[in-house]
Parts: sequence; structure tokens; C-alpha cells
Amino acid sequence: MNIPTTIEALDLSSTIIQVENLSLHYNRKPAFAEVSLPIYRDQITSLIGPSGCGKTSFLMCLNRLVDLVPLAKMSGQIRFNAEDIAQKKVNVVALRRKIGMIFQRPNPFPLSIKKNLELPLKEHRTKNKAEIEEIIQTTLEAVGLWKEVKDRLRHSALLLSGGQQQRLCIARALVLEPELLLMDEPCSALDPLSSATVEELIQQLKEKCSLLIVTHNLAQARRIADYTALFWFAEQTGKLIEYGPSAEIFNQPKNQITEAYIRGERG
Amino acid sequence: MILSNGNILSPSTHDRFLTGILWCFSLLASLILGLILFFLVYNSLPVLWDIGISKFFLDSSWHPSEALFNLTPMLVGSLLIMLGAILLAAPLGIVSAIFCRFYAPKVIAVFYQSLIELLSGIPSVVYGFWGLVTLVPLIQKVNPPGTSLLAGIIVLALMILPTVSLIADATFANLPKEYFQGAAGLSLSRFTLLTQIILPASKSGLLTSVILAAGRAIGETMAILMICGNIAQIPDSLFSPVRTLTANIALEMAYAMGNHRSALFVSGLLLMVIIFALVSLAHRAGKGSVYA
Ligand SMILES: Nc1ncnc2c1ncn2[C@@H]1O[C@H](COP(=O)(O)OP(=O)(O)OP(=O)(O)O)[C@@H](O)[C@H]1O
Ligand SMILES: [Mg+2]
Repeated sequence: MNIPTTIEALDLSSTIIQVENLSLHYNRKPAFAEVSLPIYRDQITSLIGPSGCGKTSFLMCLNRLVDLVPLAKMSGQIRFNAEDIAQKKVNVVALRRKIGMIFQRPNPFPLSIKKNLELPLKEHRTKNKAEIEEIIQTTLEAVGLWKEVKDRLRHSALLLSGGQQQRLCIARALVLEPELLLMDEPCSALDPLSSATVEELIQQLKEKCSLLIVTHNLAQARRIADYTALFWFAEQTGKLIEYGPSAEIFNQPKNQITEAYIRGERG
Repeated sequence: MILSNGNILSPSTHDRFLTGILWCFSLLASLILGLILFFLVYNSLPVLWDIGISKFFLDSSWHPSEALFNLTPMLVGSLLIMLGAILLAAPLGIVSAIFCRFYAPKVIAVFYQSLIELLSGIPSVVYGFWGLVTLVPLIQKVNPPGTSLLAGIIVLALMILPTVSLIADATFANLPKEYFQGAAGLSLSRFTLLTQIILPASKSGLLTSVILAAGRAIGETMAILMICGNIAQIPDSLFSPVRTLTANIALEMAYAMGNHRSALFVSGLLLMVIIFALVSLAHRAGKGSVYA
């Protein structure tokens, strides 16, 4: 690895995404405005804030899933691998391969467990059967699902429990070897036990990719996140009001709203 | 899920009143159905007692005046026309629904959708009329007489196309949007999404659409009567005239007496049996698993 010589170089190698002045409107109605923040490589960044302040919308900008929403208009810059991925002309297919997404409600396809993993593999990586088998096994092992499902790979993924489904969805995103994984409240639809399993998994994923995770669970953010960003309503739109290492945000917040929010008095 | 038929809500007088009315109406509906069935069976019985069931399939031909009651040509005619129409309409209807929902620009999709809805509202006699003045002469040029199995298949396909297309479209519309988001998140191509996810997930809905359309096809009378030639023989090619079970009843009801009349009710009973089979198939398809 290169030894950073300037501050600029250090910054570039340690951030995976640099968001500048990003705003999003749904049919002229602002969802969030003028958000600027770096997302650090191989770290877990959490996004917290009250309901409706644009956290999901922010995630969907980063892998351009907002393109699916008619009348959504994005402005600003998102620098990813020296490219501005907020530009219209960006190849979103290639982009979404590198920036994966996990949704709030587990959304396995109504197919077999194996088929769920096979689809993205065949489309983007390899059609070689042996290779596919191998990747499926290692990925399922990585999400701790292999032992539980190895005898029923051909059964419907919808028969799995909620927590297992969510881990399958994570595996499905992982087979593409993303650089960044966006997670939108990945534990909020799960029971406490499954939630704990998934949380543990998220911490292990840090070795594979960078993570940006939206959560309503402040204790979870404090436990797993290296950096934390707080979104808030201001002037009828979502704004980033504080961002920094989680230890600072949770122990010595600079902003009064942050302080009140993490003490559970607001939001 | 909350049970809606239990006694979890304290029954108010209004509630009892409403329940009473609902019971009455459903009772009435099943009573009517039962009466029709009874009426069919009751009127078929004389001839069934008299000559037995087997004669309806083994007699040399359909000549009721000479006590020959072979219904096979009509049964074959009905089934052939239904099958042909399904073979044409099912792929066309499903593909057009796919096109509208996933490929077409919004304007075209809306236009096409209203066209299909319009198509479903045209009375069957108009289809028959169109077939008679346009289609039959065309077929006649290729291979006389023109009034034929082929004419019936084409017109019937047009008539059941809306059923297939509208139900298929509703099936696609009801798919959870999570599938689309998930596929987009993995940047799967539209083709993969369609063939690997959407079609398998819609299998039972699509099957239902086809079976319901088949039900409509087997029951159609007027248009078929006008363009199929109505000769009671098993057709030997697409260009031969055929007579369907429905046409058989419509053609001879007015003057049939005695066993002949009773035999027409047997045709009706046969139709009921086919439709009953289709409906129970549709029921099973609707319940069928959506997992590949
Ligand atoms: N597809 C959409 N079309 C129009 N408006 C939308 C759409 N999605 C979200 N919004 C609006 O944008 C704002 C931000 O929504 P978003 O879902 O990003 O909030 P959130 O922070 O994720 O909330 P939650 O914590 O409840 O998930 C809300 O006011 C919402 O109503
Ligand atoms: Mg959200």
C-alpha cells in the first residue's frame, strides 16, 4: 500500500465516497438538502435521525436506485473512485455492482436459496458451474448460513426465517464483491435474536467492504459504527447536522440537538 | 392475521342485520346455481335412462330423428376450437401484458390497455358479424367453404384475448415492488428479471388467466354459430366446418322434442362438466406454489 505523502492523498485513499452538496427532490418537494460528508473505506458508518428526514433517500442516491423513482431529482456531487456518480451518464449497472444494497424488509426473490445467489453471479461474474458452487458455499459460510441451509439449497428462500432471509440477501449482495454495502435498517424487521446475529455479521463484513448503515437503534449505532452521521429536519427538509467518529458523537456531541437526540429526549 | 369471521368484535344489531342479508344473498346465489344444475340433470335423465350414456359417444352419427345421438363431433369441435383459441390468445395476451408493463412507453401502454378493455366490451354477435363478412371470405379464397374451424379459432382468440391480457397484467401489477428494487440493486438485466423472477413468480396467475379464458371460449355460442359452418362431423382439417356443443343447443332447441330435446340437455350437461373441470383447475392453479 502507498504511504500517503500529503493530506490530500491520505484523504483520497481512506475515503471511498465523498459526497458534496447533495440534494434530492421528489417532485419539487425536498427530501434532503446540501449534504456533504466523506464515507471512509473499510469502516462502518451509521446514519441516524428521525423518521422521514431522508435517510433512505440518501442511500438510494449513492447507488442511483433513485433513478427508479419518477420525478426524483438529484443535484450535487458524489465522488466514487475518482468519478462523479451523480452524473446522468454514469453506467449505473457497473455502479450497482460495486455498491450493493440491503433493504429494510428482507427481499429474497421467490426462488430457491441457490437460485437467489446464482442470478447475480451468472449475470455478472461467471457461468462456470463449479465456480458458482464454490462461491455460493464460501459466501453462505461468510454470512453464517451454510450450516443452516446446506441441505436445502433447492428449497424456496421464502421458507427461511426473517433473519435467515436477511442474511441470504446480504450473501446475495456479497457474491458481487461490492466495495460498499448500503444497509437500510437491516435489523428493524427482525426479532431481537436474529437482529443480534445480523448485527454480528455486519461487524465481520467490515473486513470485506465498507458499510453505510441506516439505523433507528442508537445503541446499535454506538456498538458497531466507527463514524456516525445525524440527519435532522431543518427548514422542512432533511439536513446533516452532525458527523464524526461515533465516540465523539455519542460522548461529546457538539450540537445541542444531537445531544438531546442521543439522550432520547428528541426525535 | 386477524380472523374476520370469528366473534372477536361484539356483534351490534347492524352487524347482525348485515350478516343476515349477506347470508340470504349467498344462499340465493347457490340456490340458483343448484336449480340450473337440477334443471339440466332432470331434463337429461329421460334420454339417459332410455339409451344410456355410452350411445352419446358410440353412435354412428348425430341424427336425432333417427335416434342417433353421437355427441363426439360436437365435443371434439368445442375442444378443438377452445384449444386453438387458447394457443393463439395465451401467448399473445401474456406477451402483450409483459410489453405494456415492462417495455412500452407509458402513452402506448395506456392506449393499448384501453383498447383491450374496449375489445372485451364488444358483443359477441359483432365479432361473429365481423368474422362472417371479413374473415370467412378470406379463408374461402384459400380453401372453401370458409366457414370453418380456423375462422372459429381466430375470432374466438380475439374474444378471449382481453381476458388473458387483463388478468396477466393484474398479476404483474400485484407483484411486490421489492422484487424490482432487489433486481435493480443487483443490476440484473430486464431480461433476467423477466424470465427468472417475474414469470416464475406469476406462474399461477398466468395459468389462472388462461384457464378462465378457456372457460369463456368453451361457452361462446353466437359468434361461433355464425362462422363455423355447424356441420356435425369431426373436422379433418382447419378448413372444415365444425359444430360446437353450444351451437348444437342453439340450433336445435327451437324444434327438438322428446329424446332429441333431452339429448340437447345432455350437451348442456357436458358443457357444465367441462367448465366445472376448468374452474377447479383454475382453483388449483390459484393455490399453486409460486416458487421455482
Ligand atoms: N418515492 C417517493 N416519492 C415521493 N416522496 C418520497 C418518496 N420516498 C420518500 N419520500 C419522501 O421523502 C422524505 C424522506 O423519506 P425517506 O424515506 O428517505 O426518510 P427516512 O429517513 O428513510 O425515514 P424512515 O426512518 O421512516 O425510514 C419523506 O418526507 C418521504 O415522504
Ligand atoms: Mg427509511
